[in-house]
Amino acid sequence: MPLTAAPSETGDVSAIIQKNIGLEGPLLPILHDVQAVFGHVPDAARAPIANALNITEAELHGVISFYHDFRREPAGKTVLKICRAEACQAVGANDLSEKVLKLLGLDWHGTSADGRITVEPVYCLGLCACGPAAMIDGKVKGRVTAEALVEEVSQ
Amino acid sequence: MKVWVPRDAAAKALGADAVAAAFEAAGAEVIRNGSRGMIWLEPLVEVECDGVRIGYGAATPADVPAILDGSAESLGSVEDIPFYAKQNRLTFQRCGVIDPLNLAEYEAHGGLTGLRRAVEMSDADIVAEVTESGLRGRGGAGFPTGIKWETVRKADGPQKYIVCNADEGDSGTFADRMIMEGDPFCLIEGMVIAGLGVGATKGYIYLRSEYPDAIEVMNTAIEIAKQNNVLGNVLNSSHEFDIEVRVGAGAYVCGEETSLLNSLEGKRGVVRAKPPLPALEGFLGRPTVVNNVISLATVPVIFEKGAAHYASFGLGRSKGTMPIQIAGNVKHGGLFETAFGMPLGELVNDIAGGTASGKPVKAVQVGGPLGAYFAPEKFDTPFAYEPFDGAGGLIGHAGVVIFDETTDMLGMARFAMEFCAVESCGKCTPCRIGAVRGVETIDRIGQGDASAIPLLVDLCETMKDGSLCALGGFTPYPVMSALEQFPEEFAVAQEAAE
Repeated sequence: MPLTAAPSETGDVSAIIQKNIGLEGPLLPILHDVQAVFGHVPDAARAPIANALNITEAELHGVISFYHDFRREPAGKTVLKICRAEACQAVGANDLSEKVLKLLGLDWHGTSADGRITVEPVYCLGLCACGPAAMIDGKVKGRVTAEALVEEVSQ
Repeated sequence: MKVWVPRDAAAKALGADAVAAAFEAAGAEVIRNGSRGMIWLEPLVEVECDGVRIGYGAATPADVPAILDGSAESLGSVEDIPFYAKQNRLTFQRCGVIDPLNLAEYEAHGGLTGLRRAVEMSDADIVAEVTESGLRGRGGAGFPTGIKWETVRKADGPQKYIVCNADEGDSGTFADRMIMEGDPFCLIEGMVIAGLGVGATKGYIYLRSEYPDAIEVMNTAIEIAKQNNVLGNVLNSSHEFDIEVRVGAGAYVCGEETSLLNSLEGKRGVVRAKPPLPALEGFLGRPTVVNNVISLATVPVIFEKGAAHYASFGLGRSKGTMPIQIAGNVKHGGLFETAFGMPLGELVNDIAGGTASGKPVKAVQVGGPLGAYFAPEKFDTPFAYEPFDGAGGLIGHAGVVIFDETTDMLGMARFAMEFCAVESCGKCTPCRIGAVRGVETIDRIGQGDASAIPLLVDLCETMKDGSLCALGGFTPYPVMSALEQFPEEFAVAQEAAE
């Protein structure tokens, strides 16, 4: 899902800024769009965004770093999110995520050395009556097992 | 042949897309409805037979030929399944019944009736109708919706806003997601009526990024509503109203209204001190109604059937119905909309059938990560705002998460603090530092240090009284309720260490 274009393509960034600048509160839509194109919010995109919005780069850094969704580095080709919230814990989410992390040899937020897989925690996908729940590249999965998840992301 | 296969994320998570594809390949006409809320039966396929919708679930692609030729074993009429038949569906009356993106079908099932009435009413009468219905904030705080609207209606300002809080990411709750995916026009209609009532012409839906399916359905529904003059020039009247979806970015605290407003403005999602109330100085400093998805999606039925009809349901000051979400380790989990007042134990044992594991229920957590644990001794508590408050808990977003006897309550208390530490916005000290200290203190208890128990109690009091918002203020609920009802689990650790 996350694309990886070269961060030097600032042309795209200015087009994204132009598209959103007229909105009331344009910053989050801009950051979402930048991340959709580049797979992360590249450092090179910061100056043009800060200039366009008349905020300092420090303020912009404050916003980017506040939200779990925005990445400074590209994620792996496949992003696996495993729910850690209470309803999924009630049906074994803790054991499940421990097993998945072990099988993949990763820690939370870790990306495999070949750049294929990133594993992240998520706090509730709204699939609380069919947990444990997970999401692979934006696709929801219910009643998952560690083995099935690892098999699917390893394909 | 007409076949319904839900497009709800829970149904998709259990394989609904593959089932729908198999029906299409077999030549059936497939309608992607919302979910009926019986999640243990998803994907719940429905086939119309003599005007009755017959259910098959949980369906797999392999079941498709047998369902089509009538040889598959059915669940009978979907609406006669006890879990469904026992409900009072008002807010969710159409969810699972109609194609969520078919505006004509929405109208044929009572949609837009309320809005047609509202456009003929004065702003004061609209707000009065909501006040009379007794509707209270369904996001957790339970503040009377009509009073909030009246404050905004009377406020001066060239531009007012309706902001729908679709970022309440409490574990165990999925009513917001279900209504947005299963009946999005209902939320749109509710927001338009709110706009007419308070004099706002612009609405925002701040929607969690964790719900990609809901984002897609809402955006499509808004486009359809614009093309058909539900939005824009409202029903060809003199009123204007438009809605835009804004996607959150994974911060739990943005479900708090002031933090949400900061995020919507493009700032860090830190909590604002109140006053000023968002009703007077909200989005961009202008008068703003911030309401939860379910509060707004309940407005159309109030105008369709009248405030008195809605208020005739419920218990005491908790009027109307509540979509209760039963989740976790549950046999028959899903969404159960019922009048306020049903005892908690009846929901857990009779309606939901207890645990999925078949082991005894140890506790249920009501109201999300900030809600208290209720042991079976408290199962006679009626499900309503005041009785839960009286029992040391809160109904919050009406999520009920069931845990079986294998649950480690000390671990759950620790998780509550850990979650608060991860999600704290950092604005106030009791939450920012208290949550970190809370994890450390519970770890000390876990290692057998009994002297840390009074420290934890003291810390919880500080967080409860000193935090700016519900995140720091309510995290003590799960922690203290676990400690008070399961003290042996906090002491057992001590004995083990000795």
